[in-house]
Amino acid sequence: MSGERAYLCLADGTTFEGVAWGAPGIATGEVVFTTGMTGYQEVLTDPSYCGQIVTMTAPQIGNTGINRDDDESTTGAPHVAGFLVRDLSPVAANFRASETLDAYLARHGIVALAGIDTRLLTRTLRDRGSQNGAIGKASPEELIRRAREAPSMEGLDLAQRVTPKEPYVWTEGSGAFGTKVPGAHAANKHVVCVDLGIKRNILRSLVDVGCRVTVVPAKTTAAEILDLAPDGVFVSNGPGDPAAVSYAIDTVRGLVGKKPLFGICLGHQILALAMGGRTYKLKFGHRGINQPVKDLDTGRIEITTQNHGFAVDLASLEGKARTTHVHLNDGTSEGLDLPGLSAFSVQYHPEAAAGPHDALYLFERFVRRMEEAARS
Amino acid sequence: MPRRDDLRKILLIGSGPIIIGQACEFDYSGTQGAKALAAEGYEVILVNSNPATIMTDPELAYRTYVEPLDVPTLTAILEQERPDAILPTLGGQTALNLALALDAAGVLARLGIELIGASPAAIRKAEDRALFKAAMERIGLTCPRSGHVKSVEEARALAETSGPWGAPLGYPVIVRPSFTLGGTGGGIAFRPEELEAKVRWAIEQSPTHETLIEESVLGWKEFELEVIRDKADNFIVVCSIENIDPMGVHTGDSITCAPSMTLTDREYQKLRNAARAVMTEIGVETGGSNVQFAVNPEDGRFVVIEMNPRVSRSSALASKATGYPIAKIAAKLAVGYRLDELTNDITGTSAAFEPTIDYVVVKWPRFAFEKFPGADRRLGPQMKSVGEVMSIGRTFAEALQKAARSLETGRDGLESLLGKVDYRQLGSDPNQARDMLMDAPREPSVPVEMPPPSHEDLVAALEKIVGVPVADRLFYVADAVRLGIPLESLYEATRIDRWFLSQIDRIVRFERTLAEVAKEKGALDERTLRDAKRLGFSDRSIARLIGRTEDEVRALRMTLGVRAVFGRVDTCAAEFVAKTPYLYSTYERESEAAPSGRRKVIILGGGPNRIGQGIEFDYCCVHAAFALRDLGFETIMVNCNPETVSTDYDTSDRLYFEPLTFEDVLSICDEERKDGELVGVVVQYGGQTPLKLSVPLARAGVPILGTPADAIDRAEDRGRFDALLTKLGLKRPRAAVASSVEEAIEAARSIGYPVLVRPSYVLGGRAMMICHEEKELEAYTHAAVEAAREAGTHTILVDEFLKDAIEVDVDALGDGREVVIGGVMQHIEEAGIHSGDSSCVLPPHSLPLEVVASIEEQSRQLALELGVIGLMNVQFAVKGGTIYVLEVNPRASRTVPFVSKATGRPLAKIAAQVMAGKTLAELGITDGVMPQHVAVKESVFPFAKFPGVDTQLGPEMRSTGEVMGIAPTFAHAFGKALRASGMQLPNTGCAFISVKNDDKPAACVIARRLRALGFTILATSGTAQALARARIPATPINKVNEGSPHVVDAMKAGQVSLVVNTTVGARSIRDSYPIRRNALLANVPYFTTMAAAMAAVDVLEASAHDARASYRVRSLQEWNPST
Repeated sequence: MSGERAYLCLADGTTFEGVAWGAPGIATGEVVFTTGMTGYQEVLTDPSYCGQIVTMTAPQIGNTGINRDDDESTTGAPHVAGFLVRDLSPVAANFRASETLDAYLARHGIVALAGIDTRLLTRTLRDRGSQNGAIGKASPEELIRRAREAPSMEGLDLAQRVTPKEPYVWTEGSGAFGTKVPGAHAANKHVVCVDLGIKRNILRSLVDVGCRVTVVPAKTTAAEILDLAPDGVFVSNGPGDPAAVSYAIDTVRGLVGKKPLFGICLGHQILALAMGGRTYKLKFGHRGINQPVKDLDTGRIEITTQNHGFAVDLASLEGKARTTHVHLNDGTSEGLDLPGLSAFSVQYHPEAAAGPHDALYLFERFVRRMEEAARS
Repeated sequence: MPRRDDLRKILLIGSGPIIIGQACEFDYSGTQGAKALAAEGYEVILVNSNPATIMTDPELAYRTYVEPLDVPTLTAILEQERPDAILPTLGGQTALNLALALDAAGVLARLGIELIGASPAAIRKAEDRALFKAAMERIGLTCPRSGHVKSVEEARALAETSGPWGAPLGYPVIVRPSFTLGGTGGGIAFRPEELEAKVRWAIEQSPTHETLIEESVLGWKEFELEVIRDKADNFIVVCSIENIDPMGVHTGDSITCAPSMTLTDREYQKLRNAARAVMTEIGVETGGSNVQFAVNPEDGRFVVIEMNPRVSRSSALASKATGYPIAKIAAKLAVGYRLDELTNDITGTSAAFEPTIDYVVVKWPRFAFEKFPGADRRLGPQMKSVGEVMSIGRTFAEALQKAARSLETGRDGLESLLGKVDYRQLGSDPNQARDMLMDAPREPSVPVEMPPPSHEDLVAALEKIVGVPVADRLFYVADAVRLGIPLESLYEATRIDRWFLSQIDRIVRFERTLAEVAKEKGALDERTLRDAKRLGFSDRSIARLIGRTEDEVRALRMTLGVRAVFGRVDTCAAEFVAKTPYLYSTYERESEAAPSGRRKVIILGGGPNRIGQGIEFDYCCVHAAFALRDLGFETIMVNCNPETVSTDYDTSDRLYFEPLTFEDVLSICDEERKDGELVGVVVQYGGQTPLKLSVPLARAGVPILGTPADAIDRAEDRGRFDALLTKLGLKRPRAAVASSVEEAIEAARSIGYPVLVRPSYVLGGRAMMICHEEKELEAYTHAAVEAAREAGTHTILVDEFLKDAIEVDVDALGDGREVVIGGVMQHIEEAGIHSGDSSCVLPPHSLPLEVVASIEEQSRQLALELGVIGLMNVQFAVKGGTIYVLEVNPRASRTVPFVSKATGRPLAKIAAQVMAGKTLAELGITDGVMPQHVAVKESVFPFAKFPGVDTQLGPEMRSTGEVMGIAPTFAHAFGKALRASGMQLPNTGCAFISVKNDDKPAACVIARRLRALGFTILATSGTAQALARARIPATPINKVNEGSPHVVDAMKAGQVSLVVNTTVGARSIRDSYPIRRNALLANVPYFTTMAAAMAAVDVLEASAHDARASYRVRSLQEWNPST
């Protein structure tokens, strides 16, 4: 840790003082907070955080260092625009650790600050809403200017920045240190994943339930996907404003009813948009691994991982889709089903990583949908 | 699934007296449960033998029974009340075991009573180690390999030759007796030669006489998950807790932190999945549980250690650490609700979520080894701590240092003990290193003048010491870091995770920074000072490190604007707005305290439970909060004890979870004074802890409520106290003050032996002793001078000891003009036994009325003269018709809850109202209450936890808790109290009597009465001769030192059912030690005072006359109908 003074400035002028670590330079992006107490490595590498400066509300970060298994990006690189912590660990204390967090971020060019009053920052974002910010070893005036110049998240298509250039085949399962989807699986279904910033654990979970997985770029059309003869299509999570990914909405519209479909997070929003629903930006989003979701069919509560700043307008789905899950705290849309069309999606992250494994069963549901479709 | 309407009346079982392993956390959970059920409209029936609890306050339940927690008594209560259900999961192991016993006895089936919260089958599956292990294997989880044995031979076979799994377990092995609490009787056998003693001890401690021999996972990381499950299989983890001390130290004795610090998400989720599977498999349908895991730091493999299908000490900690009220939610789930139907009080959002926190919580246990000379101080599978503190900080370092200063062991943080502790001597201490079970403690070695230790000496000693887990180990580790021992060597020696070691290293390095900056710049700059505070350094620590005073550091902080701010405990890391002001101090930018504009009172709590200062004081603080809230004040609680009701966020209007030091309390006063009016601070309710702060706080301009600080000094200061008594014409034992060994000897000579010696300003008779001769006095005074210095004074008190006097305790209320007697209690044991350890009777059972009247009058005079506004306790001794004043304490006493329960008059509540300005007359309190029944308080001791410690009672308090028996007559009340304390008096059998010369006449009376009850008598030669002279047949038997067959042989053969043993002089005490120890081991009732033995004979006669009388039960509401 360099120990040099650095600042975080929000677009509204609020300034926080901290100490610089990670890479040198200035970073800008939407400042958001996540409340998970474990899983900072997964957060750093989750493509959905692309373009965002992420604050961990848990104060002691970096304790277990960085290891080779827990990356959520398919490339292994971090995706956050910047990283804010209250207290950075001087050591990497875990048998799997291969380097310290500081060294990792420095290596990948990610600007980070420690010593930030992350609680005050969180309260600020909670009360005033998420906003852009800039961090680095520059004057507050400079940083405020940079924060104000940064583009707004609304209308931003960030999927383009994280989607692969070419299609590829994915074969890796959850591996020795992951938790497999429970039960025995010999599905052997072919799933095409539309990668808008897909998390690695979604791919692993699909492999775990016995799927052959082909990953395709965001702008792959419905026809191109159908040409791959999939048993089902998966629409991934990803960063940015769902309304801005019109090409993916078109793709999904072209697939609904033709192939079983499963969407997660951005994929959920896109499915809703494809069905004629609307999305809107939440004040400060849902980001954490303790979010309670109610399954309206069973009445059961799932503790879920969430990471989204936009949400599906429940009312806009009326008559278009069945709502299957809602957020227990604010009643927002968490899941929808199009029974006749064999498509379903959830706003939260059943693949967890980081977070509880309460909803891994959804991957099995997807396989069952594909099996049903094959039978009929 | 909403509230069950088929239930109307629910019985809650409490956990009984405070003992090691089961403390006021169950008052906290029981109180929450009772409140929650009452709020749901159920009739709550409450049973607990412990009067010093909030849960037994008559207002909290429809019917409250302060009765022994045993099957016959519970059966009587159930027959009388006919509840629909019993909720046994909030009263610790005691309640769970009792519920199982009631089920096994067929009582529940016969009366059609349902167990809610956990079914008998679920409880058995979780509690029976064999069933549990089988269940874990069914769901694919691993437990450490183990086997059950009933003999040393079987144990040896498992450890050394073979087990069902083929290979032997190999050493070390863990010995865990079945069905004991807090790991009682457990141990680690590191080597073959240790196995026999450990296994024998364990088998003796186990009610089923069997023990588990378990593979050691020593050095693995230890985690606990506090979890909740409802009927719909909804499951949440409320909190993860990581033990800083690795496996091998009982979790109650470990320093722990929340949330877990050294797990990746993948590792953590594996534990979460496992905990969920455990809950489902065990079948805990509704409520809170805790699951413990050990994780191998080398490869992440984990094993399940155990689970508790009930709320626990850890769930109390988890509730305080997160703000999530586990017991309250568990109670509601037990009556049918689902998690998603309940609300999180703090945020108003759903209760079906997992709390997340943005601070670090550290729990640090508090030990009382100084009370038990000779006890093995090493920590192991059996819990030894008597209390704990919790602290909250934004960083681990901050929380750790706050916890260290919350302990009140004279440490201001993780400070150096170099220069205070002789590490060289510690490394070679025979008691430290020995492994004892039945042997008397070794004589401490005579200190030899040695040259000061070299750096090499210290490094060598510390390298050896840190490998042994003891109470102060983390301080030793920090000193090892200070001496430059590499972290990696410390990791190898301690297996404390490298991350925790790195944090200690960081604190130690910053000490150097502080000293360097102060030296270079002459003073600290703002940034350095702020960094220090953010690492948890107290003003006193900083002052010591830079050679300034605490006041100077504070002044500098104020000048530089480095002030504490307050964060909120909100369950959600600020994601939602917190409605409850549950606060902790830290050093950040903005305070969230938001003090109100109201008239407010701050109540200072008692800090960690310890012997001499326990739940009784928390009871008083809670009453203050309730009473002052009723009067319209905003109530603000300050305390750092996570077990308590006082630290429940809804006990007072605002809660500060903070150390009770001058610095921390003053920061709170400053914050609260930003708005509204701070009417005053209550210091007289939390025991010695807040009382010690009264003078400095008053000096800092903080108003003190009630009795002025000067009155406390007048009662404590020997000279001023003498003047006070002289003025009032009251008598006291001859006394003198000494500040050296020589002065003490001089004083004793003029007073005459025996004398009572003690340091001034200490609670619980710390280092108090009766010396019969000069040699004893000389040997002892060194220790007393030391204890006095620890307490921050230099004087020791030498008093005439009133042999065979009767002691009397009085609690009184004063408003400055009027005084009302709360209760007069006569001690059963004669003078010389600490008042906290002796049993006492209300009203006095054998004192002449005019003596009682005179005692009341003297108490009145004292209260008026001292200007007591609030509570006062006076201790008297009565000898030959003369009344002596022993001690006056113008504050709440240990007996306040007992008196309140016995008389039905809530003294603490009334006194709080008086402190707030009401007069007794206004409150309608004009005269004492004279109950028509008799209440007896009996003390409960932790001797079973401390092999090698003498059970002889004396002037130093050693009991951890108390029980109350209440009945129409003294004998039945005392009988109930004895039973509640765990003593089962035999109806007949063989009584062993061996008494000192002075007691021989009384021994004859006892023997004669026992004979009449059908007992045979066994006596040592001297006593046997005395009995023979009185023509009482008795069989003589050898003392232990007279050779076999001797009395201990007879005891081991099960031939003795009652022991009466009094001694005088060090030699006789040492010689008779094995008798008392064996009586304890074999659970044979034993009496070390004639008065108690005589009272026990009263009980035996009364129950011979009417055996059923002591099982008749009545609720407090019926005993004291006016309340």
